[in-house]
Formats: sequence, C-alpha cells, structure tokens
Amino acid sequence: MPDWLAAALITLLKAVLVIFALLTTFAYMTLVERRLLARMQLRPGPNRVGPLGLLQPLADAIKSIFKEDVSVTLADKLVYTLAPIVAIAMALSAFGGLPAGPANSLFGEDPWVYNLNTGVLALLALTSMGVYGIFLGGWASGSKYPILGGLRSSAQMISYELGMGLSLLGLLMLVGTTSFQGIVIWQATHGWLILFQSLGFALFLISSFAETNRTPFDLPEAEQEIVAGYLTEYSAIKWALFQMAEYVNMITASAVMSTLFFGGWKGPQFLNGIIPGISDWPIIWLVVKIAFFLFTFIWVRATLPRLRYDQLMRFGWKLVLPVALANTMLTAAFLAYRGNGGLWFLAILSLAGLVALLIMSDRVRPLWNTPTVRREEDAVRPTPRPVGGD
Amino acid sequence: MLLVALGIGVLAVVVSAILGPKKATRVKLMAYESGNDPEHGGVGTGQRFPVHFYLVAMLFIVFDIETAFFYPLAVAYQHLVPFAFLEAVTFVLLLLVGYVYVLKKKVLEWA
Repeated sequence: MPDWLAAALITLLKAVLVIFALLTTFAYMTLVERRLLARMQLRPGPNRVGPLGLLQPLADAIKSIFKEDVSVTLADKLVYTLAPIVAIAMALSAFGGLPAGPANSLFGEDPWVYNLNTGVLALLALTSMGVYGIFLGGWASGSKYPILGGLRSSAQMISYELGMGLSLLGLLMLVGTTSFQGIVIWQATHGWLILFQSLGFALFLISSFAETNRTPFDLPEAEQEIVAGYLTEYSAIKWALFQMAEYVNMITASAVMSTLFFGGWKGPQFLNGIIPGISDWPIIWLVVKIAFFLFTFIWVRATLPRLRYDQLMRFGWKLVLPVALANTMLTAAFLAYRGNGGLWFLAILSLAGLVALLIMSDRVRPLWNTPTVRREEDAVRPTPRPVGGD
Repeated sequence: MLLVALGIGVLAVVVSAILGPKKATRVKLMAYESGNDPEHGGVGTGQRFPVHFYLVAMLFIVFDIETAFFYPLAVAYQHLVPFAFLEAVTFVLLLLVGYVYVLKKKVLEWA
C-alpha cells in the first residue's frame, strides 16, 4: 500500500471517529442538558428510558428517523432538503482542526483530522458557513415564521462574528501564529491566555453564545415569539439535523475557547510536580475543559432571560464591537511600547478592562436597552423606562 | 472531513425518507400560520422586509474586511512594532469615522 493511500485512509478513519464522537456527545448533551435544567428547577428530568434516562437519546434518534418527512407545498424542495445537510456538514467539519494532544500521541498518529497553519481562520470560516444552512432553510420553507427566523438569525450571526473575529486579534498579536498547535504550545510556556486576555475572552464568550444561538441570544428560535423560527416547517430527521448542528457548534465553541484561552490539551503545569507528565496526557484535559464550558452553556440557559431583538443587535454593534476593537488596540499599544515590562502588566490591564466593563455595564445599558421609539410616536411616549426594565 | 460530514447528512436524510410513513394530506402540507390559510406565503412571492437587515449585511461586509486586514497584521505584529502600531491606529481611526457616521445616522437603532 503506498504511503499516501495509508495516510488518506487514516485521515478518513479519524474523520469518521471524530464525527461519531461528536454525534454521541450531541445525543448525550441533550440528555445532560435536560437533566441539568431539571436539577436547576428542582425536578428529576428524564429518568424512565433506561437507567438514569441513559437510553433517552437513542429513543429520540429512532423516533426522529421513523417520523414522517413532511415538506410543505410552498417549499422550494431542493434547497429545503439541502439546508439541514449544509448546516450539519459545516458544524461537523469545523471540529476536525482542533488538536487533542501533541503530535503522534494517538496510537502513533496525530490527534487531529487536519492541521492548518491558518487554523483559527479556517475555523471561523467554517462556522460562519453555518449561517447559510439556517438562512436557506428559513427561506426555502416558504412560510412567514421561518423567513423571519432565518433573517434574524443571519443578521445576528454575522453581527456577532465581527465581535468574535476582533476579540481574537489581541490574542493573535501576543502569540504571533494562527495555528492551534502553536497557540497551545505558547500557552504551555507563557501561561494560559485567559490571564492576559480576560477582556478578549469575555467578548469571545458572549459572541460564541450569540453565534450558536443559545439563550440569552436564541432569538431565531424564540418559541414564544415566532413559533420555532427557521425550524417551524421542518420535521423528522431534518429538524434533528438542525438541532444537531446547533449542539455540535456549541461543542466546537467550547473546544475553541478551551484551546485558545485555557491551554488546550495541556493540563496545568504545576501538577507535574505531583504526578510527572500529567499535563501532557492527551484528550483528557481537553474533554474536561469542554465539559466545563458545556456546563456553562446550560447553566446560562437556566439563568438568563432572552434579549429583545433590537437590544441584541445594539448590544452586538454598540458594545461588543467597539470594546473588542479597544481590546485589540490596548494589546497592540502594550506590545509596541511595553519597554521591559513583562506580560503581567498586560494581564492587569486586561483585567482592569474587564472590571470596567462589568461596572460600566449598568451605565451603558441605555446604549442597547433603550426602548424603540417610532417616529410618529415621538411626541406620545418620550418617558424612559426604569433601569433594569424590560 | 467535509466529505464524511456531508455523507452523514445525506445518509440521515435518505434513511429517514425511506423509513418514515408517507401519508401527506393537503392540510398537512399547508404552511404553518396558526391554523389559518396562509396568506402571501411561498418562496419568491415578493414579501417585504425591513431594510435594516440589508444595512447590517452591508456593515458586516465593511467591518469584516477590516478584520481580514487585521489578521495578517496581528500575526506579524511583533516583528513590526512600534511603527505598525501607528499604522494600525490610523486605519482604525479612519474606520471609526465611518462607524461614528453610522451611529449618528441611527442605522443601528432598529427603530
């Protein structure tokens, strides 16, 4: 067997493995989410299908395969069928570039499917392709609620993509490379980037909540407002594919956050003193960090109410975007004129920025929280709403 | 990776299309509109939408190009300082002029 064929086969095998793992994680994420939400609301959650409800995801999957695949008369058949496939394909393939360990650590192979020098860019590009799936799905349904949901979703996702891209720039300036391996190795020597880019991390976290359409920002599928948004006309497996894409995006976002800001597959270095080499164990550390962020996603869902749509867009354009730009310029200024100071000064600076953001968040609330005043009603209702309202 | 992922998607759709029951009725295939007959539904029936979505997309293109210009600068930054900092500041200031203009025009207001 020639070398390239062997390499191609191994890549294929790894791709299948990663996708299988992602789909299993997605299935159990739905269960874990339901059970955790239930715990947070003092009820038991699904516990009938199998022990602890462990067979619930399987039952859901089988059900959604055997359901009738309704496609509405007014729908554009081709696009209607293609949209969920696009969504899931983009979501799944975004994950493959993330390293889960050092080179050759997975039974002599590299623990990633593809490794690009432009890892961060490729990942941003792939995740933003997911917008197409959602918007085309909404458009092709040929009905009003889905089109509204799709429009909202695409506007929201592209707005927060800006914040996402800009909040990473400070990080890239520090590291000087866009490959995930390089970023992880930089963090192993200099310390986790969350220390030096806490403001950037906060913005990235907010943006990734909005990118993956999770609560506080799940406007596209706001059940109480526009039925189920772009999902309204979808049934059976197509609906499940959209849900899958959303959850897989969530997993990818968690993995990206842990790779970029929390040291990736490297564990904390000081543990090496207790058990030698523990910080180099592949996969385990990454899985722990991903699990932590997934828990955060669920926790936030159980805690925060949804924003109104105009608040959401103002929040993205007036707060996240300028602050991300400011963070970039702050890091740039530091790197240009730091003199002999170490990175710790930047850590303090960034933390100060974060604290300022938290303190200011009440002051700048009118920026994104002011009620929408229509022109013809200007004279009628100039009274501002109380702070913290809505 | 992309091929396998696409394959999974296609497979799921095909399997479901084969296995699921097919008892479509006229009412079942109607677009959802809270039980009413759909009005002006359908792809390409010239529904009208707020211009805001268009404006946001335009702004996104402008600012995403800005981000795209920033990436190479960020990666090569440590070799270029401090001159590159002044360059970046100039660039950002130029963009901020546009941003402030957009703010003052209340494009981001969603009224």
